[in-house]
Amino acid sequence: MPVITYREALRAAMREELQRDEKVVLMGEEVAQFNGAYKVTEGLLKEFGPKRVVDTPISEAGFIGLGIGASMLGIRPVMELMFWSFSYVAFDQIVNNAGNIRYMSGGLINCPIVIRGPANGGTNVGATHSHTPEAILASHPGIKVVCPATPYDAKGLMKAAIRDNDPVYVMENTILYNDKGEVPDEDYIVPLGVADVKRTGEDLTIVAHGRAVITSLKAAEILEKEHGVSVEVVDLRSIRPLDEATVLQSVRKTHRVLLVEENKPFCGVDAQVAYLIQSKAFDELDAPIHRVSSIDAPQIYCKRLEDQQLPNAQRVVAEALKVLA
Amino acid sequence: MATPAVLTHPESLKRPAGPSEYAKHPINAALSKEDKIELYRKMARIRHFEQRCIRVYQQGKIGGFLHLYVGQEAVAAGTISLLGKHDHLITGYRDHGHALMVGMGMNECMAELTGKATGCSQGKGGSMHYFAPDKNYWGGHGIVGGQAPLGTGLAYAVKYLGHKGSCLAYMGDGAVNQGAVHEAYNLAALWDLPIIFVIENNGYSMGTSQERSSAHPGCLAKRAEGYGMAWDVVNGHDVYEVRAKTSAALKRAHEESKPTVLEIFTYRYYGHSMADPDKTYRDKEEIKEYREQKDPVLLFEKELLAEKVLTPELSQAINEAAMAEADQAAAFADASPDPTVADITKNIYWEEDHRGPQTTSRGTIIFE
Repeated sequence: MPVITYREALRAAMREELQRDEKVVLMGEEVAQFNGAYKVTEGLLKEFGPKRVVDTPISEAGFIGLGIGASMLGIRPVMELMFWSFSYVAFDQIVNNAGNIRYMSGGLINCPIVIRGPANGGTNVGATHSHTPEAILASHPGIKVVCPATPYDAKGLMKAAIRDNDPVYVMENTILYNDKGEVPDEDYIVPLGVADVKRTGEDLTIVAHGRAVITSLKAAEILEKEHGVSVEVVDLRSIRPLDEATVLQSVRKTHRVLLVEENKPFCGVDAQVAYLIQSKAFDELDAPIHRVSSIDAPQIYCKRLEDQQLPNAQRVVAEALKVLA
Repeated sequence: MATPAVLTHPESLKRPAGPSEYAKHPINAALSKEDKIELYRKMARIRHFEQRCIRVYQQGKIGGFLHLYVGQEAVAAGTISLLGKHDHLITGYRDHGHALMVGMGMNECMAELTGKATGCSQGKGGSMHYFAPDKNYWGGHGIVGGQAPLGTGLAYAVKYLGHKGSCLAYMGDGAVNQGAVHEAYNLAALWDLPIIFVIENNGYSMGTSQERSSAHPGCLAKRAEGYGMAWDVVNGHDVYEVRAKTSAALKRAHEESKPTVLEIFTYRYYGHSMADPDKTYRDKEEIKEYREQKDPVLLFEKELLAEKVLTPELSQAINEAAMAEADQAAAFADASPDPTVADITKNIYWEEDHRGPQTTSRGTIIFE
């Protein structure tokens, strides 16, 4: 199987969907002539031309709203936000319009739009560019949110998102763009709402999404080698819809749970996952659920401290040992 | 007493309420007698529907906001009477007139206001959120100016699909200061999109007069110049003029794929919404002047009587029929059932409404 980067996997997904459906259009700041601020869309303008790959002005409320309007008439826009942090200036379009139009029209309209881009801290750019809004957005019925952690999932989830008939917000991670993994050449999708057990284990379940999955896998290695603990890592992949069954199945197996995410703790995704576990598998738990999130402050600029603010393998190991104590 | 607002409808105020100078404009000269009667009938239907809504609201059957279109009928009637197969429209929340003009029924509109399952959105949208995509009507949007980018996207799609069409994106005069509107202007001009931004200027953004809300060089449409867009101002009390000037903008959209900003001077007789006691920001005399001298329905009636298209008897019959239809719609809404509790969680996601092996979503998407 070919080994490609997360960035190349995203690009392959978009290329294949551009080829498959002429109503798919890529749009965003610097996606065409500049070849993408992160080179995710590199070469696609040359391959598909300016009708299919479109540079927008720096005008998120305007062009995201335009994409939503076009989607109502059957266009399938894939809109790049250079950072998901920039979604905040387009919030009315992203939430009020894309998220509510189907409902307010009594099901007469749907908005098959994808909005994608990186949503992560850890890049030493300060608080305004480091937001992780998956929990904020997933809290709105009408919206779907996915957070791929690996190249295989990035391609499969992106293709599913483009084919989905609802608004799907794909949250990528700049730190993962160069990560490599096996990705099939042939057509496949990863359906939304299906978690993936990235590592099997017996003693502890770690539930994570996005880059926190990679961090958790590193921590699981350390826990096994240095502490003799067998850890299962469940990658949610999709926040809304959420694969409750896979999470609960793992909890019933290990009876101990640690939740890891790069969000800030208050009302994070893991607050919902913790509620799920206590409400549906309370009797299965041998210890209280613990969480590792980003330290609860706006994202700090100083790189040495930002690496501490985010969940890292050391913090995950330390917290895991508390759950196992 | 509040200081009377300075009226800012120069085009309409300068013009005497005599015969329309646009009656012989080709777009109006092309209308048959039946077409003209039908246009009048549609304006009368909007008037009587809205006035019936007031009673239903006062009976406590309409919750939330109710923004009435009374006084503005010629805007929706004139513009929408020109639209063809690939012309789309999207509006703000003062949307009842547009809905009736595109052919939505009084029954479904009234039932939506009272939150019934038979409403156009099954009681899920309300007054501000009417939709009829089968009639090219894409809503009914509650956030001021938020529909402008969507309309730009509809125009983008029309162009992308290679259709000779357009989108009319309506907004009030209060919307022109929203950033989203300016972003939409820029994109429309930058990408040569076939869109007409229709500013329905009724003089007040809620209770704040235009003078107190908008920096402007004489009129709001002129801001289009900053984006290199064509613009015009229109007397919105004269449905013939609305049609004439809109037809020029439509031609620009259809034949050149270029945007236009039209500022149509109009007036509302009732408050911003029914929740507005309408006592603080304008003078009763001002409302009276508009009602007596500028009423778009009466002016068009006079016009058609003078043209001998309409007779007093026919006019009376049209108005009585519209009132009866509105009464019947109120009765229909009364008799209709509420949506069920199970309906609350339907129509959120297309994929859930159609969930099966072929759909792309699994897992839990509606949470307890």
